[in-house]
Order: sequence, then structure tokens, then C-alpha cells
Amino acid sequence: MSKPKTPLSFTIDGRECKAVSAQTILQAAKDNGVYIPALCRWEAFKPSGACRVCTVRVGGRYMSACTQPVAEGMAVENDVPDIQDMRKALIEMLFVEGNHMCPTCEKSGNCELQALAYRFQMLVPRFPFQFPLRKVEPAGTKILLEHNRCIKCLRCVRGVRTKDNKAVFGALKRSKDKKIAVDQTLAAALPEAQAQKAMDRCPVGSILRKEVGFVVPIGKRKYDKTPIGSDVEKAKG
Amino acid sequence: MPSKGLLAAIIGRHRSDRTRLIDILRDVQAEFGRVSSEAIAEIAARLDISTVEVEGVATFYHFFTSRPAGTYAVYLNNNIVAVMKGRASVAAAFEKAAGCKFGETTPDGLIGLHPTSCIGMNDQEPAALINGVVFTQLTPAKVKVIVEAMRAGTEVQAMVAVTGDGANASKLVRSMVKNNIRKEGAVVLSPFRSGAAIKRAVRIKPDEVIAEVKKANLLGRGGAGFPTGLKWEFCRREQGQTRYVVCNADEGEPGTFKDRVILTERPHLLFEGMAIAGYAVGAKEGLLYLRGEYAYLKPYLEKVREDLRKKNILGKKIAGKSGFSFDITIKLGAGAYICGEESALLQSAQGERGEPRDRPPFPVQSGYFFQPTTVNNVETLCTAARILEKGADWFKSMGTPRSAGTKVLSISGDCKKPGVYEIEFGHTVRKILEMAGGLDAQAVQVGGPSGTCISRGQFDRAISFEDLATGGSIIVIGPTRNLFEVVHNFMEFFVEESCGWCVPCRAGNPLLKRKLEKIMDGKGTTGDIIELEAWGKTIKAMSRCGLGQTSPNPILTTIQNFREMYESKVHRETDFLPEFDLTASVQAAAAVTGQTLVTHKPETAHE
Repeated sequence: MSKPKTPLSFTIDGRECKAVSAQTILQAAKDNGVYIPALCRWEAFKPSGACRVCTVRVGGRYMSACTQPVAEGMAVENDVPDIQDMRKALIEMLFVEGNHMCPTCEKSGNCELQALAYRFQMLVPRFPFQFPLRKVEPAGTKILLEHNRCIKCLRCVRGVRTKDNKAVFGALKRSKDKKIAVDQTLAAALPEAQAQKAMDRCPVGSILRKEVGFVVPIGKRKYDKTPIGSDVEKAKG
Repeated sequence: MPSKGLLAAIIGRHRSDRTRLIDILRDVQAEFGRVSSEAIAEIAARLDISTVEVEGVATFYHFFTSRPAGTYAVYLNNNIVAVMKGRASVAAAFEKAAGCKFGETTPDGLIGLHPTSCIGMNDQEPAALINGVVFTQLTPAKVKVIVEAMRAGTEVQAMVAVTGDGANASKLVRSMVKNNIRKEGAVVLSPFRSGAAIKRAVRIKPDEVIAEVKKANLLGRGGAGFPTGLKWEFCRREQGQTRYVVCNADEGEPGTFKDRVILTERPHLLFEGMAIAGYAVGAKEGLLYLRGEYAYLKPYLEKVREDLRKKNILGKKIAGKSGFSFDITIKLGAGAYICGEESALLQSAQGERGEPRDRPPFPVQSGYFFQPTTVNNVETLCTAARILEKGADWFKSMGTPRSAGTKVLSISGDCKKPGVYEIEFGHTVRKILEMAGGLDAQAVQVGGPSGTCISRGQFDRAISFEDLATGGSIIVIGPTRNLFEVVHNFMEFFVEESCGWCVPCRAGNPLLKRKLEKIMDGKGTTGDIIELEAWGKTIKAMSRCGLGQTSPNPILTTIQNFREMYESKVHRETDFLPEFDLTASVQAAAAVTGQTLVTHKPETAHE
């Protein structure tokens, strides 16, 4: 099935980079110490291209770096003002689309949406808050769904399945009414470890463990000291 | 509670096949008038998938409802041309006669009223689907009669007293829909004798068929204009277990209805075109994905398919060519504009939510059931057949150097002769308006909401891929119309029809619409126009598929071509006005409590 991987070179913002064929732009950038922000991406899952935060420009065309294979001689535009501003706009859209109250959120400090907002130095969204009415929904005995914070990245839909490969999470409806839901029966039978995984993979505080909270105190969380993406940038110095 | 026996029979009829989930749901909706949570659980159990997976598919499509849709489920088109033709009074008549509002079903469950996106009847609006049967040119008086018939328990089909022209009158269609063919061109709508094209095609090699289509410079008629020959070549070159030809008959762009007429009057040409495509790319199976709104044509299309099998244009050893077999399956959609996007169409045809796929891989590489697939528009396949019949040179003698041949247009709105016109590429908008009787238009929407809104000064522009490209929708907007309402209607459409997968389209379009409303409410400033442009640009650049990439067009092209309209509507003397009027909002409460409101003037407060 898999084709032989051949080495190739390409550029990001003019900088020479090396990659192998079949890598996506996002993977190749990471290997070259270039951070391309992304929100719906999870290494082990098939990319979904849902958040569009990783959008780059190649030859005047916009494409999601998480889905686009890198090609020989490709000139990728990444850290340029207009693209960065549009990425920031997407982050802001997510903030106004839901109800995100960081100070009271269990995920604060571990939240990728919050971390990206800090990285993009978002102060106040340019868009009006929508204040949608959303509910908190219990999902079995181990987790609950905090719909106010859901950004529909589909990580849970893609990554949480039962042993016989049934989807535990799914997307309902469409348009702005789209929402994530669980199969209540399957969620109730979710093993402890998988429930934890579901929460860990959620980039925001939308999938929460019941009866567990603030185990790691604020101040000692993932993005409390260093901005998101700095691990990638540090790797190459 | 749906009968388990009936449910089991429906699921069994579709062989408990997960990829036929939409067919199952269509039958469940038709049988029980809704898709209940009990039905979802039963389907999930029998298909051995989770309930949330079934619910995800069921809730994606407009024609599946969790609550009872009504013994008589009325789906009234809400696009702008329906509005122009008196939709409001028709809607009011339905509500009055039925005794419930749109979005509701009568307490006895008899009548359900639902708004719906364009149903492909723009030349005979206001129009509605009632249990799948089309009702056109509705008036309040007609509505009264229809609702009385409902109360009397009349079968919906029996309410169709007079049938339309051509095949609309045939036994298997029996529809009141009219073809409104105003101009027959030489390619698609001129008479066609079955077999004339396929016989010539199979005489040459598949590569030569592709070469002929390439030589003719046939560009996709669905709107994107991708070279058809090249698509076929890519598909043919790709390795796979099998290959497929898929015909996209999901015309959902508001204002387009030409495929409806082609499907009604030239289905044999279409099927022959599909067979030719099959021969060219090396496919044995074809799929016609028919939009749910055109379900009324399905029995008739199946009959035409049967006739063609008898004539050896479909089936085995087609036109005497040994080793060449090809047949066609017809699948129905269930109300989702996004399924006109080719990769969303493929997902839907596989029984999934109609959400587009990431590209690459493209459908020619990984399409229907992830095999190499060529997805072509109805008109494209018909045109390809004629090219094989009459030759590339004949085809190129029509149109412009870069846009060969003809285009079938759907013209509607404020014109005297709405209908289908097959014209050569290169016709100016002015000439088209002359033909259709709409020269006094203030604006013309070319290519539907995702296209361009042009002003009078641009009426000499030509319909062609090099100037004004269009999938066929032409909406004439008369001199007295409020263009803002047109733009707003289109934005409502995009907000409703976004699949919700990606952030810019799902979260961005409602913001654009809200900002437009701010301006329409007289609360806009110049800054709001600038923001509309900037936000629109972001949504176009960042969206995942063609829907989001074109959804800001109604706003952006009207700002570009009718800037004065926006400027005259906003307050130019101030930088910012809030969208929220505090004084107005508390007026009612103040009146009740007997308080007097003191208007606060910021400029005096600062002095």
C-alpha cells in the first residue's frame, strides 16, 4: 500500500526545509522546528480539516496544512501578517460562537483554545458574542458534556470507539446547530482509561470527568508558563 | 411507537446495509411520518452501529424529522424568487387554513408546515412539496382548496388536477410541473435519437473518446468548469479495484432548475452520456445521485433506464461491444444543498452525513466507495454524448474560443418569460434579458447566491468561463426590489445549508448575516461595511469547501457593484453605533412600571 518515501525540499516563509513524501505540510513543518498552529489536529487520528487554524498559502491558494501533502519545491507561506490575522479571527469566532468562561473552567491552562488565544494575543474578539443557550449533558456515569465550550473539532468523534469499533461520540444536525452527542449506552460502558482519554483529547473543557477536578493545580498546567507551540520551536532552536 | 415488524421489513428491504442508511431513513420517514428515537435505536441495533451514528445521519438531512412531519407534510420553498412571487401570502394562507405556524404540525398531526431551501421550481413559484408531490404557482385561493382536500383525506397525488407539458404528463410522473423550455439549443435540448452517440463511442478506443472530449474543450457545466476530458483521463489512469461514474443530479443552487428539465425531457441522453463516460474511464457501474426534491421523477427515470437496457444502451455488451458492460443505480438525497458538492455527494451516497471530504485525494483518485470516480454534472454528461455523436469540431463551432458549445440557463425572477434557455456561450446578459423580457432589471444574480450580483452597467458582460461563469442560475431582480432583502435571503440560505464542519463557514456566516442585519436596521456605519468585507474575505480564504469559499459572495459582490446602496444606508458621520438599542429594549418594561425613560446623550456627557 504505502509508497516509498523519498526526500524532498521545500520552503516555509523562505526558509529551506527538508521533508519526505507523504508527509503533510504540518508534520514536515514540525520536523523542521516550525510551528503551524492547529486546533482540531491530533497526531494519531486522521486529520479532519475542521478548525482551519493551520491554513497556509501556497501559490496564492489557501489550504489546511494538516491535510495537504508536502511537495518538492513547495513555497509555503505561514507566519505572514494577513494569514496570522485570519487565524486569529477563527479563534475569535470560536470564542463568540460558544460560551467560554476561562476563569471557572476546569481545563484552564490545559486548554488549547485558550492557549492559542494567548499566543495570538487576543484581547477582545472582533465579533459580537452570540451567547447561545447550550446545556450541560451527562454522558454515562464517568463523563459529562459541557456543550457551552464545544468547538466541534471532532477529536472525540474520530478517536473514541468501542472495542467492536462503534462510535461513542457523533455529530448531530448541521450548520450552527451542529452539536456533539454520545451514545448513552456505550458511554456508560466506557472503561475508566478511555473516559480519561476522551477528556484528555478534548482540546477544550467540553468533555469532563465526573467527580474529578483540578487534580493539577492552576499554575502547574501545560500552557501556564510557556505558550502553545514553543515545544516545536524549541526542538530546532 | 413504530411497529417493529414494519421497521424490520424496511431495514430488510435494504439488506441491513449500512451504506443504504439514507434509503432506510427515507422509507422510515415516509412510513411513520418521522424518524423517532425508537426507530433510531432499532436501526442501530439491526445495522450493528451506535445510535449516535444513526442519529447523526438522520439529523443532517432536512427531510428527516424527529417530530411528526404531518400526515400531509408541506415544504414551502423560501428562496428569494418565491418571495418575489408572493410567498408571504401563500404562507399566511397555509397557516390560516391549517391552523398552525410554519415549523409546526397541527395538534391532530394532519398537517405539518415546513420552510425549505430552493426546490428547483423557480420558474413557477411559489411552489411547495407536499409528501414529495410538487405544487407550483400557488395562490392563497389554491392553498384553501388544497387544505380542504387534506381535511377530506384526499391522496396527495389526486390533488394534481392538471399535469404539465412533455414527460410531466406521463403516467409515471403525473406532475403539474411545466418544462418552460423557451429556447432549444443544438447540444442538450435538440432532439436526440438513442444510440447515436454510444455507437460511435464504442467504435473507437476509450483513450480516443477521452481525446475527443478534450479536443472539444468541454468544461464542467456544474459551475466549476473543470475540463471533463482531463477528469476522465485522471480517473482512467488511477489504479483501483473498480471505477465509478457518478452523475451529480443534486442541483441545489437557488435559481437553478435546468437539470430538472433535462432529467424530464432528455434522460435517455443523460444515461447514454453516463455509459460513454463509463466506457471512457473503464467503469462498469454508474450512480445517479438525484436530489430528494426530484424524487417525483424517480419512477419515470427507472422506466427510461429499463427501456435503454432493452435497447442495449445499458447492460451487457453495450452497442455490440464485447467486454463493455455498464449499468446505473439511482440514489436519492434527502434535502441538503451541500450534497451538490461532489465529495459531500459521495459521502451521502455511501449513507453518511453529507459532509465534504478533504482533498487531496480527489474523487478521481478516491471517490465512490473510495474507488477512482468521475463525478459529472447532468448537463456535462449530456453534452459529452453529443460531442461523441457529432464530433468535437461541430461542438467547437459554437460558443467562444475558450468556452465551446452551449449552456443551459435557468432564468427566473422579475422577467416575463422565466424558464430554460439553451444559449451559445458568449451571449451577453443584456441579450438574455431581452429574450426573457427582463430588461428593466436593476441587478442580475448570475450563478445563484454563490455567484455574482451584477449591476446595469455590467449587462454587456458575456456568459462564458472567461467572463461570467455560471452553473446556470440567472435571477432577474426588478427595479423596485430591495436588493438588501435579496442579499439577506441568500445569507440565510448559506447559514442554514452550511454542513457545520469547519469554523469559518459554520461560525462566520451567522456573523456576516448579523452584521448585514445591523446595516439593514439602520444601525450601520462605514466601519461596518469595511468589517463585512474583511470578514467575508476571511471566510472565503479559510473555508474547507466551495460552500464556505463562496458564501460571502452575495455580500461581497453587492458591496463591489452596489456600494452606493450600502453607503446610503449607513451613518457616515459616526464611527460606531451599537447594534443594541437599550432605550428601545426597555420601553415595554418601562411602560408597565410607569417609569419615564431619560435618553442619555454621550456627546453632552463628555463635555
